[in-house]
Amino acid sequence: MPSRSREETTVQASYPTESRASSRRAYLALAAAAFQRYATYRQAMVAAVVTNSVFGFLRFAVMLAVIETGARAVAGYDEPQLATFVWAGQGLIGVVLLWALPEFAERIRTGDVITDLLRPIDPVWQLLAADLGRAGYAVLTRFVVPVVVGALAFDLYAPRRPITYALFAWSMLLATIVCFGCRYLVNAAAYWLLDVRGPQTAWTLTSGIFGGLYFPVWFFPDAVAIGLIVATPFPSVIQIPLDILVERGSPTEQLGLLGVQAGWVVVLLALCRWVQKRGERKLVIQGG
Amino acid sequence: MADSRLTAYRYLVGAQVRSQAQYRASFAVDVTGSVLFGVLDIVSVVVLFRVTPTLGGFDFAEVFLMTALAGCAFATADLVVGNVERLRQYERSGLFDALLVRPLSSLAQLMAMDVATRRVGRVAFGVVMLVLAAANAPVEFTPARLALLAVTPIAGAMIFGAVFVATATVAFWWIESGEIANGLTYGGLNFTQYPITIYGVLFRRLFAYAVGFAFVAYYPTLVLLDRSDPLGAPALLGYASPAVAVVAAAAAGLMWRTGVRHYRSTGS
Repeated sequence: MPSRSREETTVQASYPTESRASSRRAYLALAAAAFQRYATYRQAMVAAVVTNSVFGFLRFAVMLAVIETGARAVAGYDEPQLATFVWAGQGLIGVVLLWALPEFAERIRTGDVITDLLRPIDPVWQLLAADLGRAGYAVLTRFVVPVVVGALAFDLYAPRRPITYALFAWSMLLATIVCFGCRYLVNAAAYWLLDVRGPQTAWTLTSGIFGGLYFPVWFFPDAVAIGLIVATPFPSVIQIPLDILVERGSPTEQLGLLGVQAGWVVVLLALCRWVQKRGERKLVIQGG
Repeated sequence: MADSRLTAYRYLVGAQVRSQAQYRASFAVDVTGSVLFGVLDIVSVVVLFRVTPTLGGFDFAEVFLMTALAGCAFATADLVVGNVERLRQYERSGLFDALLVRPLSSLAQLMAMDVATRRVGRVAFGVVMLVLAAANAPVEFTPARLALLAVTPIAGAMIFGAVFVATATVAFWWIESGEIANGLTYGGLNFTQYPITIYGVLFRRLFAYAVGFAFVAYYPTLVLLDRSDPLGAPALLGYASPAVAVVAAAAAGLMWRTGVRHYRSTGS
């Protein structure tokens, strides 16, 4: 491995793909491998759902206290809606993987990233495929458990319109991609900074407070909430999927929210690829 | 003997602090980040009170005082022992074995080696918020209350510190315990920020009484505000925080010893 490092520095990133079909197979294989990888981390999964559920109780207690001061609804949510918002939100954290360790940044710092670049497929799509495989497993475990715990302990809001389930599934998929894009950009900062603790902290703070995790963004003044939803990617990760799930607004509005998410998917993935291209030019692998 | 031991710890802490402050820009970013996490807690409370006039029977000034006390206590504990949560990694990497062969306490060494200097930002912010909150709340200051205001964050920090250590010991039995400790540490911060009246009975028994989180902010705040407990506890409990803190620290120390005795190296 070390003896090859000299040639590796000159690898040009022009991912020649043999054919669309074969690269599609590669992405599917990557996704399946990630699904299996996370399926083997059973203890970590148990630890995560227990923690998410504990926070579910804590967060919902605060929401309940806000509701119990007399108002039957707060910021447009009634009690069961808030319950679903909190508990499905605790599940969603695991699906979109809001707080991931900066693994890719570490690969850039150590130079391991070179093995990703050597593969004949784009690194952004590689990581995205793997992340979707991971998310697939998380839907079956990390999403389901907190929702069941919440349903056992409280009265959750079940969507009235069957179409909502389909819209929510799409929204969850788009949320995963948006979150992936944001995390990718945080990690890719390592091409320039090497240490991404700063961007990582900024992401943790902003995604939590402006994304609807600690409280729905509608607790802010309406203008601020709308501004956040449209002009920042954060609500697309937690707030929008949950608003769709608790049917805040008509089907048309739900579709509009999906549109906002789709817009952010396009913007972020384009940005990821652009940053990746620039980063590769900046990358220096130390021989050794 | 005791003197030379103290010198050893001083060297360990000094080396840590110097090495962490070495990369100035990174350090500045980290300190800023740590302050912002403190800001986040306060902003959360402010935003909640935008949509509700009271929370669990307490108005903004009163909850703000609890949040400030909890924030101060948590930030201090996080600075001193927060990194003990990395015990899992140290067991896996074998670093913990290296600590055990030295003639110093393993826990004290971990604390000295892992002191997170950057978190000083959050502590400073916490103190500022506490002063603001105390000035803002309807507190009639007597010497006893002033003393209580000064002692409570320290007692609270001890309680949080005990929780950090106690939950980290889980790793002696269960290395893959992941972030499960966060439920009690960061969850504890979440819990203590608000009056315990908002929580369900089971949760209150567990967090407020069994772990002792009610003594971090809730009971002392009642004394400061000269309010009786809506849940009917005697007012004197507000002065019991230091005693609870000592018990918590002793219990955590005992758990740590038991854990270390149970510890089997992962080998290499």
